Amino acid sequence: MKFTIAVLVENKPGVLARVASLFRRRGFNIESLTVGTTEREDLSRMTIVVNGDERVLEQVTKQLNKLIEVIKVSDVSRDSVERELCLIRVNSPPEKRGEIIELTNIFRGRIVDVAKDSFIVEITGDEDKINAFIELMKVYGIKEVARTGKVAMVRGGKNGK
Amino acid sequence: MRAADAFIKALEMEGVEVIFGIPGGAILEIYDALYDSNIKHITTRHEQGATHAADGYARASGKVGVVFATSGPGATNTVTGIANAYMDSSPIVVFTGQVARSLIGNDAFQEADITGITMPITKHNYLVTDPKSLLRIVKEAFHIASTGRPGPVLVDIPKDVSQSDIEFDYPSKVELMGYKPKYEGHPMQIKKAAELIMKSERPIILAGGGVRISNAQKELTELAEAIPAFVVTTLMGKGSISEYHPLCLGFVGMHGSKYANYALSESDLVIAVGCRFSDRTTGNAALFAPNAKIIHIDIDPAEIGKNVRVDIPIVGDAKRILAQLKKYIQYKQRKEWEEKIKEWREKFPLRYRKDGFKPQFVVEKVCEFFPDAIVTTEVGQNQMWAAQFFKVKYPRQFISSGGLGTMGFGFPAAMGAKVACPDKDVIDIAGDGSFMMNIQELATCVHYEIPVKVFILNNGYLGMVRQWQQLFYRERYSATCIGCEKISYEKIARGFGAMGITVEKPSEVEDALKIVKENSDVPAVVDFRVDFDANVLPMVPPGKSLKDIIEVD
Repeated sequence: MKFTIAVLVENKPGVLARVASLFRRRGFNIESLTVGTTEREDLSRMTIVVNGDERVLEQVTKQLNKLIEVIKVSDVSRDSVERELCLIRVNSPPEKRGEIIELTNIFRGRIVDVAKDSFIVEITGDEDKINAFIELMKVYGIKEVARTGKVAMVRGGKNGK
Repeated sequence: MRAADAFIKALEMEGVEVIFGIPGGAILEIYDALYDSNIKHITTRHEQGATHAADGYARASGKVGVVFATSGPGATNTVTGIANAYMDSSPIVVFTGQVARSLIGNDAFQEADITGITMPITKHNYLVTDPKSLLRIVKEAFHIASTGRPGPVLVDIPKDVSQSDIEFDYPSKVELMGYKPKYEGHPMQIKKAAELIMKSERPIILAGGGVRISNAQKELTELAEAIPAFVVTTLMGKGSISEYHPLCLGFVGMHGSKYANYALSESDLVIAVGCRFSDRTTGNAALFAPNAKIIHIDIDPAEIGKNVRVDIPIVGDAKRILAQLKKYIQYKQRKEWEEKIKEWREKFPLRYRKDGFKPQFVVEKVCEFFPDAIVTTEVGQNQMWAAQFFKVKYPRQFISSGGLGTMGFGFPAAMGAKVACPDKDVIDIAGDGSFMMNIQELATCVHYEIPVKVFILNNGYLGMVRQWQQLFYRERYSATCIGCEKISYEKIARGFGAMGITVEKPSEVEDALKIVKENSDVPAVVDFRVDFDANVLPMVPPGKSLKDIIEVD
């Protein structure tokens, strides 16, 4: 099972290392991890996707809370908006360009770079949407994929529970 | 003001009375400032010794132990001591020198990334990159080390930071957004726990090291008497209740008595206080107290449900929660359970074979001669025999490396305990293997006149490993024999300027202890040359249930 947790931390050097070290040491599996600034410049927000059961989630949450620089840990697995950004460099021989552009439009992506025989496509969405798009692009030959990992926010006016 | 001077002044304001450490290049500035201070400094002979001494000091006194070490090897030598303090929740603050900020990351002489190295074994650590933050960090370090669930904190101070000029403005308060330990137990949970206790027919209290840390011996004993419930302890929990108290069944787990393990296994309610259900205490966790409900009182929410299922968790300070809990309890006699335990106690006492020269006999005699002494232990058979046969009266009397199991801990820890409690006798029950690991601190003891007593149960083996080889590895004694007729601990002790005595047979034990007792102001080493093949029994083999016990034949 996968869980998404939002971790509000002090924006200080070494905090990322501390969080990563904790996951390694306790044997928790990170699926993805993103860090970015927040509405307050002294705080950063990490979004971590963890593999495991309820027990793992409970331990992860408790152990993270023990870190001095962690302010708040919230489970944002349910009732939340999840987004990820992905860049894909895909082969685009002249005869296939039309198809690729069409598919990109259907997925509300954008072609952000055009080379002689390849495109870079930018696409955002939840994980499933991005996976589906990548699957479609495989037909043309994918040269490179870069994904940001997921960020998430709980719906409905609540501040991360 | 020079930052180094401001730093020492801050330590004085924190009430630091003694520092254990070794000077070196990167921490010279701080040592220079220390020269003008009244804080006592004890120069150990190895930084590991300094760290264990600070740990022993902290455990004996309840105060924060302080360590100084220089950068690079000085810092890395503290690592075992820090990990040890972390596992046993001991409050120490380690200050290390670091190379100047401009050199950090360049692999400079005596540079080591000690904050990186100690990240997983400290409660928190700091690299001071801005001189202006130094005093705030010192304040936070002592606060974090000593509050909530205590633990080690490391502060790494680059040389040019200690040389810089700062204002002395020591903060009176700590403001940490992400650190607010919870001390009060939830009232509803306490009520529910009380209801469960009143319903229980076979209650038992399992007391861990948290009882000592929280200074809750009185509250624990009163609760036990009020229910009434028998008390078993973990190794770290020894002293949570006097072991002479009729409700105390001593310590449980891998080498606990059969009656204590039976009582825990057969209970219908375990009231666990300040313990973390380590594998050495529970045996196979899946088979732990199979018919019991579990109440778990702990200040660290992460310990609850980590190793065993818990029915009623109560997060907070043991002392306060136990006092609250007692208010809801009415005395209820549980005759059948008392009879049962009495029967087990009579049927399965702790015992050992009396032929030859047995280490258990030495421990019994030591307990007879020094019943009020603070006892530290090394790790291995000596530790378990001390736990089994030295009856502890008061909290902070028994000091042992529980979680990490660090050989070489006991002797420097004894040194630290003696510095904390100069009026008490302090003894280290040691093995020959463990003692050798920090034997250099004899020089420190002699130099500073710290008269600790080391009693070596010398069997010429890494005895606990030898025992496992005998029981589980078909008597293939790979690499465990370390005995040598030519080593004389008596002469080694004398060479350092301490008292040394060799004891070859049981009839000489009392005389030797008498001499040591009479010379209470002299560091002493007594080499008890006991039988090499004595085993620690009873024993629950690893991975088995607490009722699956190998006994004395």
